[in-house]
Amino acid sequence: MTILDLFLSFFKIGSFSFGGGYCMLPMIESEIITKNQWITTDTFIDIIATSQMTPGPVAVNSATFVGYQIAGVLGSAVNTFGVILVPAVLVMILSKYVDKFKNSKLLEDIFTGLRPALVGLILAAAFSVGKTAIFNIQTLGISIVIFIIINRFKTHPILAIVFSGVLGAVIL
Amino acid sequence: MNKNLKLFLIYLKIGAFTFGGGFAMIPLIEREIVENNKWMEPEEFNDSLAICQSVPGAIAVNNAVFIGYRINGVMGAVAASLGVIIPSFLIIMAIASVFTQIKDINKIDPIFNGIRAAVVALILTAGLKLFTKGIFNLFIIAITFVGISYFQLNPIIVIIMAVAFGILKNKSEGI
Repeated sequence: MTILDLFLSFFKIGSFSFGGGYCMLPMIESEIITKNQWITTDTFIDIIATSQMTPGPVAVNSATFVGYQIAGVLGSAVNTFGVILVPAVLVMILSKYVDKFKNSKLLEDIFTGLRPALVGLILAAAFSVGKTAIFNIQTLGISIVIFIIINRFKTHPILAIVFSGVLGAVIL
Repeated sequence: MNKNLKLFLIYLKIGAFTFGGGFAMIPLIEREIVENNKWMEPEEFNDSLAICQSVPGAIAVNNAVFIGYRINGVMGAVAASLGVIIPSFLIIMAIASVFTQIKDINKIDPIFNGIRAAVVALILTAGLKLFTKGIFNLFIIAITFVGISYFQLNPIIVIIMAVAFGILKNKSEGI
C-alpha cells in the first residue's frame, strides 16, 4: 500500500506544517527518512537546495520530489494533494470568520508557544542537515562563508547556492 | 474571461516566477487581485494574510485557496491553487526524473557537497529571522531543539507540548 502510505504521511506533514517552509523540515524528515526510509539524508538535503533554486513552496516541492522517487507521477500527485488538503480546508472554513479570527484570544494563546517552537524546529533541521553536510573543515568553511554572505552582504540565496557549488568544485 | 480561468492564469504566473517562497509572492498577488482586478479591498487582502499564516501549510497555496474561494467559491479555490502548484510540480518532476542519472556522475560530487554545506547556512538564516528574545521563548526553543535533535521526539508531539506551555504561561499571567 505504498500510495496510501505516501498519502497519509504527507497528509500528516500538511496538517502540522505551521510556519511553512523550513519549519516543516523536521516533520518531513521524521516521516520520510526516519520512519519510512523512502529517501536518504543526502537526497533530502538536495531537495531543500533544489526548492530554494526553483519557484514554488518547499512543502509542495518536497512532496512532488519524494512522490516521484517512490511512485512516479502518481506519487507526486498524491503527495501534493495530501500535503495541501488540511490547510486548504482550514483556510476555506476560516475565511468566513476573518474578523473574529484576527483578534482571537485562542489564536494568541496558541502562538505564544508555537512561535518560538518554530525557531526550535528550524534549528533542529539545521543540526540534522549539518551532521550529514558538514564532514570536514572545508565543508564547515563553505557553510560559514555562505552564512556570512547571505546575512552580512544580503546575497540572493540562489546566487549563494551557485557560489557554494563552485566553492565545492574548487576546494573539495 | 471566465473568473476561474483568470484566477488560474494569475496564480500560474505567480507560481512560475516567484522564487524564495510565500512572502516574496504577496506583493505580486496583491497587485493582481486588488489593483488590476479590483476583486478585493486592500484591508480585506491584508486580513487574509493573518489567516494564511496562522493555519498550517505553505503561505502561497493558502493564499491561493483563500482568494480563490472568496472570489468564486470552491471552484475558484481549486483554480487558483492548481495555478500556483502546477509550475513547481512540473519543474520538480523534471528535475527528479534526471536526478538519479546526474548523481551517479562522480565528478559532480564536490559540487553537491558544497551546495549541501550551503543548505545548513540557509536553514540557520531562516531560524535567525524568526528568532525573538525573552526567557520563555529561549526555553521553548531549547526544549524543542533538544526534544527533536537529542531525544528524537516526533515533531508533532513537540509542537503540541510547546503550545501547551504557551497556554499555561498566558493562564498563569492572567492574560
